[in-house]
Amino acid sequence: MADEAPRHALGLASLDAALGGGLAGGQIHEIYPAESDDAGAAIGLVMAMTVGIVDRSLPVMWLRSRRAVRSAGVFQANGWAELGGAPGHALVGVVADTVMLLRAAVDALRCSALGAVIVEGWGPMPELDLTASRRLALAAEKSGVPLFLLRCDAQPMPSAARTRWKVAAAPSRALPGNAPGRPTFDITLLRQRSGPCGLAWRLEWDRDQCQFHETEVSGAVASVPVRRPLADAGSGSPGSRIAA
Amino acid sequence: MQDPDRRAAGSPPDAPLAFVTKVKGALRICAVDPEARRQGIVPGLTLADARVRQPALAVADMDSDADRHWLDQLAQRCTAWTPLVTVVPPDGITLDITGTDPLFGGEAGLITLVEDALAATMVTLRLATAATPEAGQALARHARLPVEDEACAIRALPVLALGLAEDATTALRRAGLNTIGDLAVRPSASLAARFGSQAVTALRRVLGEEQAPITPLPRSERLRFERRFAEPIGHQASIAACLAELLLEAADVLEQRDLGGRCFALTLFRSDGHRQRLEIETGLPTRDPAMVLRLFDERIAALADPLDPGFGYDSIALAVPVTEPLVASQPRLDGQANGGAALTELIDRLTTRLGADSLRRLVPQDSHVPEQAQLALPAIRTPPPTPWPAPPAGEPPLRPLFLFDPPQPVEVIAEVPDGPPHRFRWRRKLHEVRLYEGPERIAAEWWRRKGGENPRQGGLTRDYYRIEDARGRRYWIFRHGLYEEKPDPRWYLHGLFA
Repeated sequence: MADEAPRHALGLASLDAALGGGLAGGQIHEIYPAESDDAGAAIGLVMAMTVGIVDRSLPVMWLRSRRAVRSAGVFQANGWAELGGAPGHALVGVVADTVMLLRAAVDALRCSALGAVIVEGWGPMPELDLTASRRLALAAEKSGVPLFLLRCDAQPMPSAARTRWKVAAAPSRALPGNAPGRPTFDITLLRQRSGPCGLAWRLEWDRDQCQFHETEVSGAVASVPVRRPLADAGSGSPGSRIAA
Repeated sequence: MQDPDRRAAGSPPDAPLAFVTKVKGALRICAVDPEARRQGIVPGLTLADARVRQPALAVADMDSDADRHWLDQLAQRCTAWTPLVTVVPPDGITLDITGTDPLFGGEAGLITLVEDALAATMVTLRLATAATPEAGQALARHARLPVEDEACAIRALPVLALGLAEDATTALRRAGLNTIGDLAVRPSASLAARFGSQAVTALRRVLGEEQAPITPLPRSERLRFERRFAEPIGHQASIAACLAELLLEAADVLEQRDLGGRCFALTLFRSDGHRQRLEIETGLPTRDPAMVLRLFDERIAALADPLDPGFGYDSIALAVPVTEPLVASQPRLDGQANGGAALTELIDRLTTRLGADSLRRLVPQDSHVPEQAQLALPAIRTPPPTPWPAPPAGEPPLRPLFLFDPPQPVEVIAEVPDGPPHRFRWRRKLHEVRLYEGPERIAAEWWRRKGGENPRQGGLTRDYYRIEDARGRRYWIFRHGLYEEKPDPRWYLHGLFA
């Protein structure tokens, strides 16, 4: 049933192939920053993915907890516009606690007029158990709105998510004059329901073409079996390209 | 009456101002400000003539629709003093204060009250009271204020004050009849024979010999629906049923008037005298009982103290204090719901549950100070969507995704004092700077400070650097103050890039 979900291509052949044609719409995608300092990169990746797959005229709802505002700062619309998004359509909700966050997320996911829902949770979130996660998944499946669940400062837990990613910031290709270049991320596909997992990419977000490019990775290329246990799936060094 | 804010951009603020309109192909002046009048510019002059007399004249287009709208609004405000208010275009308002002036301390008290209330609008106000509406308008427009003796003042008015057609007024003047007093002493039959019956009617009304009722502005009825119970009710289901009935009733009335409610207020009167008021707001006008009921459910569920019926509610009232026009709309042929409606409903629901300040839209602000570049407005009261300027093509992101409020202090080691950071410590971790770009120098808003135009008093300048550390994390760091402004400027981390 889940395989009938519409696919949104991210623009990178190997990534789309691993995902079976692109990121599935109407599903949960969990994103874990590798360390708490990588939260900015993880959020940036989610925004870039949203820009890549969501129609620009559809609003995106961004739900955050109060703790997120304290830890990561105030959300900036011009920063989103710099990644190619349309922040004028966006709705930003700041809620007090996790239960409220999840209730708001379920309500938002039931509304098919949204392009995507992004939930930014900080800390362990014990309320997000398998039942709550399943509820979110059902709502997303029914309306076809994808949910990006950012879990900063948290350990992966069993959930109804379609894909689970680990994201770290990666050194960018320097511009002339040693200036920082385009946003670059090291991403690892920790888990994918009925699909390959344990793959890693180094992605560069191209705002002007609204798609991801793969950048050359310096250093040794390690070969790792495609299907390896989940437990050590995330422990590969961020720079290594794992054979697909 | 004309809004001085409409003056042409670029003209000095103290220049004489005139408003023009096109009459028979020529631009003619139809309103002037006191400064222009002092310099001899009068309404009726062509714009070309006026420019010859006063080259520095600032000119704006007359907008009579806007004036009329403003006058209507002012008239609505005047209903605070009497229910009978009417607008006399283009610039007059008549209030029938018969019987209402004792409430405000008599005529004199009411005049002071009106003057005080309208002082804030900055209009030139001419107030007069008289026995008939026509006499009042004539005195306010043509008499020397304040009026001491009403009858004398009326008789001293020029015939222009009758408000007759231009040729009739000219005919009266040619006949040597310059004031209303001159007309009043003559037999009305001969006046009617020569100047028409309108002249006599107008004269009798100004003199107070004939009363004509005014046509007051329509008053909007309050939308309030109430149920009273013989026995207090306390059961949740009965309360919900009663609310549903009230909402149906309200929906009927709203539909008859082509209105939709933006705000609904429910008041529950408990038998011991306690009353509880619950309010919900909607983003778009609505009269759908099911939707409003759902919002009230959200509101009740979000209460800090649950609803306590005690010994039951005596009466339940529903009011619709804010309404907007809402005409019936056609459902789509394919039976699909309108996407916009679903979104508004979501916004209403989340706003009711979380509070108006929790769900926001971002609107650009015209400021170069990074933390003031956006305004987060409650989504329920903000029309969608505001376009944000597109970033320049081919550049990496120059503005961060998140800004810390307040900026977080960092310890920085720079190679040269006013150079870029070499390494910095933030949240007890050391970051080596691999790439940097900057400084992007952002000055404080010195024009907002008193004496800010003087050197060293305009606030501290910030030097922003876009930084990437050895691990690839990108930050926005600034030095608060130049070395010539401050001996030991601090460094702050202001934002995070993707």
